[in-house]
Amino acid sequence: MGRIGVVTFPGTLDDRDAARAVRLAGGEPVALWHADADLQGVDAVVLPGGFSYGDYLRAGAISRFAPVMGEVVDAAGKGLPVLGICNGFQVLTEAHLLPGSMIKNDHLHFVCREQVLVVENAGTAWTNAYTAGERITIPLKNQDGQYVADERTLDELEGEGRVVFRYEGTNPNGSRRGIAGVSNAAGNVVGLMPHPEHAVESGFGPDGAAGPRSGTDGLRFFTSVLHALVG
Amino acid sequence: MGRVVVDVMPKPEILDPQGKAVANALPRLGFGQFTAVRQGKRFELEVDGPVTPEVLEAAAAAAEQVLSNPVIEDVVRVADIEADAAATVASQGLA
Repeated sequence: MGRIGVVTFPGTLDDRDAARAVRLAGGEPVALWHADADLQGVDAVVLPGGFSYGDYLRAGAISRFAPVMGEVVDAAGKGLPVLGICNGFQVLTEAHLLPGSMIKNDHLHFVCREQVLVVENAGTAWTNAYTAGERITIPLKNQDGQYVADERTLDELEGEGRVVFRYEGTNPNGSRRGIAGVSNAAGNVVGLMPHPEHAVESGFGPDGAAGPRSGTDGLRFFTSVLHALVG
Repeated sequence: MGRVVVDVMPKPEILDPQGKAVANALPRLGFGQFTAVRQGKRFELEVDGPVTPEVLEAAAAAAEQVLSNPVIEDVVRVADIEADAAATVASQGLA
């Protein structure tokens, strides 16, 4: 059974949900602490959402210097699967594990909605249980969610298939080219703004085909990484 | 005690949502002459003792590595705040 670490920073909000998602997918969640430079031998790491350090300076900017992040950066370079969700995505860009950055939503409002995404790349450690082009619905909730990068970087990401998720329909935050999530070149590090861990159990997810709150489209992020570890 | 001021601004090509919101509010308050607003950040770094060239160099390094994110921001000023003020006073003939 895969042991998946979930990091808690001061101000992290969604670590419990992420740990629960790991468990529901069949993995063993392992709590990791920001101040410990120790990954406890986990097989993969999730950086969950929230407002670490109150988003002071820039979202994710201070967390990037946490002792645990040195270990995450080293291990990611050696192929450890790492998923950054929302604030976790912001931490990954600040740590230079993923390109680009996030600025305030173009409309300046906090957004909270059930968001349809297109899975553009189903070949990463965190998306192999989806099919390319598949539409999934998971919650989106953020203030600083506008993905930006220079045109050359965006062209590179598109050309290399590293745009992993794109917003379907109206762009909810002004992200360049509708990008909701990206990966590193190797595909083991993935970051996205929406929250798969909030759509993993019927009765508590977004509205789905089987009725209100029945959506579990986020669960396959976590089964994907467990597949990747076995494979 | 010395103080170094570091100014960080959003890159020109990056849309600045906060500045845009301020720009939209100004005409409503009667300030119709301002055609654009960009909002940045100012940091004041204190040191014991005077602001030496080494201190300025360290402040510039901190500005690049921590205080700004080069993907979205530019460091537009790293300066000894007192020296700057003195120079301004001198240039205006007020000293």
